[in-house]
Amino acid sequence: MDWLHLSDEEWTAIRLSLWVSGVAMVVSLPFGIFIAYLLARGRFWGKSVLNGIVHLPLILPPVVTGFILLILFGRRGVIGAFLNDHLGIVFSFRWTGAALACGIMGFPLMVRAIRLSIEAVDRKLEDAAGTLGASPAWVFLTVTLPLILPGVISGMILAFAKAMGEFGATITFVSNIPGETQTLSAAIYTFTQVPGGDAGAMRLTLVAIAISFAALLASEFLAYLVGRRVDIE
Amino acid sequence: MTHPGTGLVVEAKQRLGEFVLDAGFASQGGVTALFGRSGSGKTSLLRVIAGLSRPDRGRLTIDGDVLLDTENRIFVPKHRRRFGYVFQEGRLFPHLNVRQNLNYGRWFAPKAARKESFDHIVDLLGIEALLERRPGKLSGGEKQRVAIGRALLSAPRLLLMDEPLAALDDNRKAEILPYLERLRDETATPIIYVSHSVAEVARLADKVVVIRDGRVEAVGSPSEVLSMPSTDRRDAGVVLAGTVEAIDIPHRLATIRLSAGEIIVPNAHVEQGRGVRVHIPERDVMVATRRPEGLSALNILEGRIAAIEPDTDGMVRIRIRAGEDILLARITALSVERLDLRLEKPAFAVIKTVALER
Repeated sequence: MDWLHLSDEEWTAIRLSLWVSGVAMVVSLPFGIFIAYLLARGRFWGKSVLNGIVHLPLILPPVVTGFILLILFGRRGVIGAFLNDHLGIVFSFRWTGAALACGIMGFPLMVRAIRLSIEAVDRKLEDAAGTLGASPAWVFLTVTLPLILPGVISGMILAFAKAMGEFGATITFVSNIPGETQTLSAAIYTFTQVPGGDAGAMRLTLVAIAISFAALLASEFLAYLVGRRVDIE
Repeated sequence: MTHPGTGLVVEAKQRLGEFVLDAGFASQGGVTALFGRSGSGKTSLLRVIAGLSRPDRGRLTIDGDVLLDTENRIFVPKHRRRFGYVFQEGRLFPHLNVRQNLNYGRWFAPKAARKESFDHIVDLLGIEALLERRPGKLSGGEKQRVAIGRALLSAPRLLLMDEPLAALDDNRKAEILPYLERLRDETATPIIYVSHSVAEVARLADKVVVIRDGRVEAVGSPSEVLSMPSTDRRDAGVVLAGTVEAIDIPHRLATIRLSAGEIIVPNAHVEQGRGVRVHIPERDVMVATRRPEGLSALNILEGRIAAIEPDTDGMVRIRIRAGEDILLARITALSVERLDLRLEKPAFAVIKTVALER
C-alpha cells in the first residue's frame, strides 16, 4: 500500500487548499449576509444590477473571471495597485489571491442561500421584537440571524465546496505555484501533465472525495442541530 | 372630557387603499375596548398606537409625552414607545424557549421600570410548567398566555391587545379570560383591548370605543354602549352588574343579585360575594304581561315598560325598567299589538339565556 503514502508536496497542496477555502468562506461571510439582506429587503435603484453583478461569476467562464481579477487586482491593476500602495496587501501570485478568486466564485452561491432564508423569515416576528423594545440592530441579531442560521450554514458549506473545486479562475489569476497558490485541484492537474503522475493524481483525488464528503456530512449535521432548535411553529 | 396631561390621547388619519381611518379616543387607564366588526379599522388604529404604522396625519400622547405628531414631524419608533403588544397569533420566537421568550422584552426594559417580578407574572398566568418548553410544543391557549406574559414583562406603559382570543376555540377562551381579568384587577398597566366579541368586551372593559368604517361611532361604559341599537344586532343586549348571592354546587348554578331582582346562572365558576357582570342578549328575552307558569326558563324579572322602539324590519326593541336596571327585549311588532304593550305597563321579562360575563 505504498502508493497511498502522501508526499510532502501533496500535503502542502491539501493544507493550502483547506486554508484558502476556509479563509475565502469566513471572509466573504459578512459581505454575503450584508448583500443577501440588501437584495432580500432593500428597495433601491439598481437592485437588479447588483443582483446581476453578484451572479456574474456563476455564469461567466471561470477563466474570464480570473482574467478580470487579474486586471483589477493585479499589481498594476486599478484596485490592486491601490491596495498595494496604501495597505500593503498583495494578491497577485500569492495565496491571498487564490482565496480572493475562490471567495468570488463561491459568493453567488452563498448569497443565494442566505437570501432565500431571509425572505422566508416571518417579518411579524421582527415587528413583535420591535414592540418589545429591541432596536433594528438587536432585532437582526436576536431574531433574524438565529432564524436564518440554517441558510447561513448551507451558504457557507456551498461556498467552501465551490472554493475547494475552484480551478479556472485561480490558475488564471495567481498561476500554479507549489506552496503558494497550488491548490488541490491545480496539483491534480499538474500530476496529469507529467509522465507517471497518475498515482499522485489518484491519491489527491481520493483526498478530494473524502473532504467533499466530510463537508457534506458536516453541513447535514449542523442543519440537523439547528433545525432541532428552530422548529418553526 | 379628558385632561390633556393624563392617560393616552390618540388621533389618527390614514388612507389604506379604499379604506380611510379617521379616529381618535382618550383613555385614563383601566381596560379600554376598541369594539367593532372585522374590517372596521380597530387593528389599524392599534397599529398606529404601537408605532407599527405611520398615519398620514395624527397625534399621540401618553401622560403628556408626545410620541407621534405628524404636524411637528415627531415619530417615536416602536422600540422606544414601551408599549406591550399582544398579537392575535401570539408571535412567540420559535428559536427561544418559553423562559427566554418571557425574558426577551425584560432585557430591553429600563431597570427602574421593571415593576413586575418574573415569578409574579408566571404565577398570574399559570405558566410555570411551560418555562423550559419550545413554542412549537404549546397549545394555542398556552402560547397566548406566554405572549401576554412576554408583553407584560417588557414593563410596558400601556398594554395593547389585538383580539388575543380570536384565534382560539371556546374552551381555550374560557381558559384565558380569567387570567385577563386577574391582569385587569392585579396590575396597574392600562390596557387597550381590540375585540369584535360582545362577550369579551362586556366581561373585561371599563370603557368601550365603538369603531365603524374607520370612525368612532360611540364611546361609553359597556352597559351603555352594548345596549345601543347600532352594535352588532346578533349580540346586542344589556350588561348588568350584580353580586354573587349563593352557589348551588350540585346543579352548578349561581344566584346573582341584581337591582332588577335575583337571577340564576348556569355553569358559573364564581365565588360567593364577588362582584360580577351578566350579559343578557336582547334576542333571548321574551315579554309577558302576566307572570308565566310552567316554563323551563329559570329567570323571570318584573318591571315596567320604559320605551318601545320600532325599527325598520318589523321588529321592536322593548326597554323594561326593573329596579335600577334596564332590560332589553327584541320582539316582533305583531307581539306588541297582541299584548297591547304600552309605556309604564307592568311587564315580565322571560330570560332564555344569561351568558354570565361575571
